[in-house]
Amino acid sequence: MMRDILVPLAGGTIFGAGLTVGGMTDPARVRSFLDIAGAWDPTLAFVMGGAVLVMALTWVLQRQMLRPFFAEGFSLPDRSDITPRLVGGSALFGIGWGIAGLCPGPGFAALAIEPVSAAIFIAAMLAGMGLVRLVEGQQ
Amino acid sequence: MSLLATTLPGFPEAAPLAGLAGGVLIGMAAALMLLGAGRIAGVSGIAARAFGIGSGTMPRFGAWAFLIGLPLGALIVTSLIGGAAPRFAGPVTLAIAGLVVGIGTRLGGGCTSGHGVCGMSRLSQRSLVAVATFMATGMATVAAMNALGLKVLR
Repeated sequence: MMRDILVPLAGGTIFGAGLTVGGMTDPARVRSFLDIAGAWDPTLAFVMGGAVLVMALTWVLQRQMLRPFFAEGFSLPDRSDITPRLVGGSALFGIGWGIAGLCPGPGFAALAIEPVSAAIFIAAMLAGMGLVRLVEGQQ
Repeated sequence: MSLLATTLPGFPEAAPLAGLAGGVLIGMAAALMLLGAGRIAGVSGIAARAFGIGSGTMPRFGAWAFLIGLPLGALIVTSLIGGAAPRFAGPVTLAIAGLVVGIGTRLGGGCTSGHGVCGMSRLSQRSLVAVATFMATGMATVAAMNALGLKVLR
C-alpha cells in the first residue's frame, strides 16, 4: 500500500522538478520552441532529448526484468495500429498546446507557480476529457 | 546555478544545459515509474485515471499521488533556484486551450510525456506518429497565431 503511493509520489515530484528546471512550466519558452519561423528557442529539444535518452536506456533494463521492483507486473501499452483517432487526437492536442504553451504535465506543475491560471487550464482539460468519454459512452 | 544559465551560440534565449538537466530528471522520473511501478508516466492518462475519466488499471490513489507530486516538484525547484515568474495566457485562452488539449489527449491516447518521452524512447510507431503530428500542428498553430497578430501571453 505505501509503495503504491510513494513510488508515484516520488515519480511525480521528480517529473515536476524536471519540468521546472527545463523551463517547460514557462509557456513563453514552449511557444518559442514551436515558433520555428520566429526567434526559435531549441530548449525543449534538449529537455525531450535528455528524457528520451534516459528512457531509451531504461527500456533496455526493463526488457531484462520479469517484474517491476515495487509491483506485481508490468502494465504497458502494446498497440501498434495507426488510426485516424490517434492522428486526429494528436493533431488537436498540438493545436491546444500551441495556443497557450501548456501541456498536461506543466499544467499540473504550474499549480505551484501560477495556481489560478493552471487551475483554469486543468479544469478545461478535464472537461474536454470528460466530453470525449460522454460522447463515446453514447455510441 | 550559473551552469544552468549557459546559453547556445546563435540562440540567445535557449538554456541548453538547464533543458538537458530537466530532461534527465524527467527521464529518471519516467524510469522510476517504469521499473518501480511497471507503468508509463503519461500525465494525461494518469490525470484521466485520477479523476475517474479514463479506465486503466493504475490504482486511483497512485494516480493522485503522481499528480500531487508534479506541483510539489515545481515548488521545490522554484524555492531552491527561484526564477522569474513566467507569463501565462488569459483565462479565456487557457480554457479554450485546455479543452482542446483534453479532447486531443483522450482521442490520441497520450501527450508529450506518454507518447513523447515514454513512447518515442521505446520506438513505438503510434507514439512516433503522435509526436510528429502534435509537433506539426503545434508549430502551425503558433505560426498562424503570429501571422494573425494574436499575442496570448500576458
